[in-house]
Amino acid sequence: MKEPDFRTPRLGTESPELRERLHHIWETEPGLKGVFGTTDHKTIGIRYIVTAFIFLVLGGLEALAIRLQLAGPNLSLMTPEQYDQFFSTHGMTMIFLYALPILSGFSNYLWPLLLGGRDMAFPRLNAFSYWIYLAAGIFMYAGFVLGNGPNDGWFNYVPYAERNYNPGFNQDFYSLGMVLLGISTTVGAANFIVTAMRTRAPGMSINRLPIMIWGTLTANAANLLVVPAVSLAFFLLWMDRQFGTHFYDPVGGGQPLLWQHLFWIFGHPWVYAVVLPAMGMVSTGLPVFCRRPIVGYSVVILATIATMVLGFGVWVHHMFATGLPGLSLSFFSGASLVITVPSAVAVFAWLATITLGRPVVTTAFLYFSSMILLFVIGGVSGFMTASVPVDWQLTDTYFVVAHLHYVLIGINVFPVLGACYYWFPKMTGRLLDERLGRWNFWITFIGFNLAFLPMHLTGLFGMPRRVYTYPDGMGWNSLNMITTIGSFVLAVGLLLFFVNVARSLKSGAIAGPNPWDAPTLEWSVPSPPPPYNFAVLPTVASANPLWEERLGEQRTRSSIDRGMLLDVGKESIATTAMDGVPDMILEMPEDSVAPAVTALGITVAFVGMLLKSVWLPAWGVVWGGSLLTLIGLLMWLWPRRDLREREPAERGPADRRRLSGEAVA
Amino acid sequence: MNETAATAADLRDTALAQPANLPVGPIGRHGVGYWGAWTLIATEAALFAYLLFSYYYLGASGPPGWLLEPHPTLKLALPDTILLVASSFVASFGEHGVLHRRRGQALVGFGGAFVMGVVFAAVQVLEWKSKTFRLGDSSYASIYYVTTGFHMAHVVVGLVVLLALFVWTALDYFSPRRRLSVSAGVLYWHFVDVVWLFVFTTYYITPYLGFAR
Repeated sequence: MKEPDFRTPRLGTESPELRERLHHIWETEPGLKGVFGTTDHKTIGIRYIVTAFIFLVLGGLEALAIRLQLAGPNLSLMTPEQYDQFFSTHGMTMIFLYALPILSGFSNYLWPLLLGGRDMAFPRLNAFSYWIYLAAGIFMYAGFVLGNGPNDGWFNYVPYAERNYNPGFNQDFYSLGMVLLGISTTVGAANFIVTAMRTRAPGMSINRLPIMIWGTLTANAANLLVVPAVSLAFFLLWMDRQFGTHFYDPVGGGQPLLWQHLFWIFGHPWVYAVVLPAMGMVSTGLPVFCRRPIVGYSVVILATIATMVLGFGVWVHHMFATGLPGLSLSFFSGASLVITVPSAVAVFAWLATITLGRPVVTTAFLYFSSMILLFVIGGVSGFMTASVPVDWQLTDTYFVVAHLHYVLIGINVFPVLGACYYWFPKMTGRLLDERLGRWNFWITFIGFNLAFLPMHLTGLFGMPRRVYTYPDGMGWNSLNMITTIGSFVLAVGLLLFFVNVARSLKSGAIAGPNPWDAPTLEWSVPSPPPPYNFAVLPTVASANPLWEERLGEQRTRSSIDRGMLLDVGKESIATTAMDGVPDMILEMPEDSVAPAVTALGITVAFVGMLLKSVWLPAWGVVWGGSLLTLIGLLMWLWPRRDLREREPAERGPADRRRLSGEAVA
Repeated sequence: MNETAATAADLRDTALAQPANLPVGPIGRHGVGYWGAWTLIATEAALFAYLLFSYYYLGASGPPGWLLEPHPTLKLALPDTILLVASSFVASFGEHGVLHRRRGQALVGFGGAFVMGVVFAAVQVLEWKSKTFRLGDSSYASIYYVTTGFHMAHVVVGLVVLLALFVWTALDYFSPRRRLSVSAGVLYWHFVDVVWLFVFTTYYITPYLGFAR
């Protein structure tokens, strides 16, 4: 008997038996198979978050070392070479290994819960994305630990990165590591896009998405298109270094500026990619503590999209000082000034939300609302450097360093810490301590501003960045000392956060499903959520499904307690991209080690490529890794009956399980 | 737990989705996997766009004489291009075999496209050998070999995909309904062929049109 190709999902309400059945279907196996094979987006999300925080700590320790070296003039805590590696590794860590992965972690964890689904569109790809991220992080840090970290700034300009000037392994570790990391980012982006388009709750039409989704979605749409630019840039650098090509080397007709173009075509959209999801967090979390929906929901979303679209056209403002033609400078300067408009829209929407709401001052609120202030400061300093003459004055000074830290800490770290206070209860079932939270917030906030507000002056007074020390008598001494003190205060603030997490994990107050009385779907499930997320799949009637009664904006109500059961197998629902009408039952894959095998194969191949210049048999390693990758991919993509990717030639265990499930029901 | 029939009106009035008879898993090319294939193609297309950007940038800013072959010969490249484009139609012929339950046609299609792809790759190797310049000779030589090399890597991946489709068809895995792998795989092969047209135009046609001369 062949199972039907079509089925009408049964509707129902939750019951203990239903939950037990779903739990049995969805739970991750214990043991090694579960560790390496899990495809649960919640597990993967938490892995992402923990790994990214580890990198934040590593990058932070590097920053403290840098600040000690710069605490006074003519210090020699580090040699210039060591300093180069420390500040470059600090940048690489914070920008590539912390800033985006932490947001991917939150999005991985939250998306299916926000969207009312049971997992991401491609759960195995999700696991693969994490493994590659971890491998790339270890790969690049292996270089640093062996004294071969990046040493040319995070944006790694040629010709200094070329082999003539940089003969060690530093740039090979960095180049190959970045290509490896690019794979992770790209597949993650693809997964987010398809998930947002296809796996939403019934009724969640495109105008009812939580704003958090829009932030991550636009960022990842950009990533899908721009990450290849940086992967290619680093690959060509590696070719120049290892195979004598002449992409960046003027002697053979190459163009050093090609590096800058390829890097910043990626780099500037990336800046938005690491802030837009965080702005989405604020747009989702802040209104909850203002006890009202966000002001200008649609406008904020349009501003998010506009920022990203404009973000593709501003990369040359990183290259104003490279002698490009005036027309080009004017165009990119104009675009960079215009991009402040959609950013301002978001700022005014948040301010209006606070003004028109009844703010409840929690630690999460403090983080979210202070981000607005920091965003304005970072935005204004960015706006200043969008003007070509000002940029010429300020380029390569500490002013730019201050600007980028206001952007990256202000619009990434602050929202992320707010998001931790906001969503930690969902992830763990326990609240973070509010009292310790206040200490954590205020010390972090004061430390950050103490460190970086005076740094604008340091830059205006002409101190160049990326130099390991400075002479006495330039008027920079006390400013640098203040920054160093501030950086340590900031570090204490962050330490308190980790203390809070460690303590609250064990003894935090029990949260319950919805401690903040928040409106979005993730708060309708238990904390922490069960492996299947939703026992019955909700149907959504508005952007704030849990606030509909009190808002009274419409007659229809979301259906939270009654919906599709989809309990006869590992299944979820696919809906249409615009209207959110159910149009397909998704067969979700079981846990699988294929992603881990594939990731291991790719990593082995990259290690071989790294070693090939010193050890000829390394080519064998490359081939071995490629073969392992092929095996992993075949395991992964081989059409499976239980996923209905091929016709059933015969019955397998998966089918029997499905049938018995149906019989029980 | 009652089974309920679905109507669009119910959805509007009660906000409880009461879905119709829905496909279970991918039917035809209707499935998330097909969207996944498109995202892969989007990012790969971007990669080639950056490669060609690099070519045009290097060419536009290069000194006179940057083109090592101002009149690249089309003797091998043009027939090879025609062969590759033709293989797209052959792969599509194979897909239609699956669509109409003609397994023999499907095997001929995937097998034929695979053989044509192998011939394309072999001719491309001959083309490389016939060049008077090597990878490290100049920025033109570097970008020429790296772009065509990237394309070659994509051909190899496409060949593995065609081979897999051939084997899976031989194992009688697919039907007109359950064939997402076929449609996604053939789509990828189309991409490999279409992107070659851009590479070919850039490296073999634009010099005749005067770029970087």
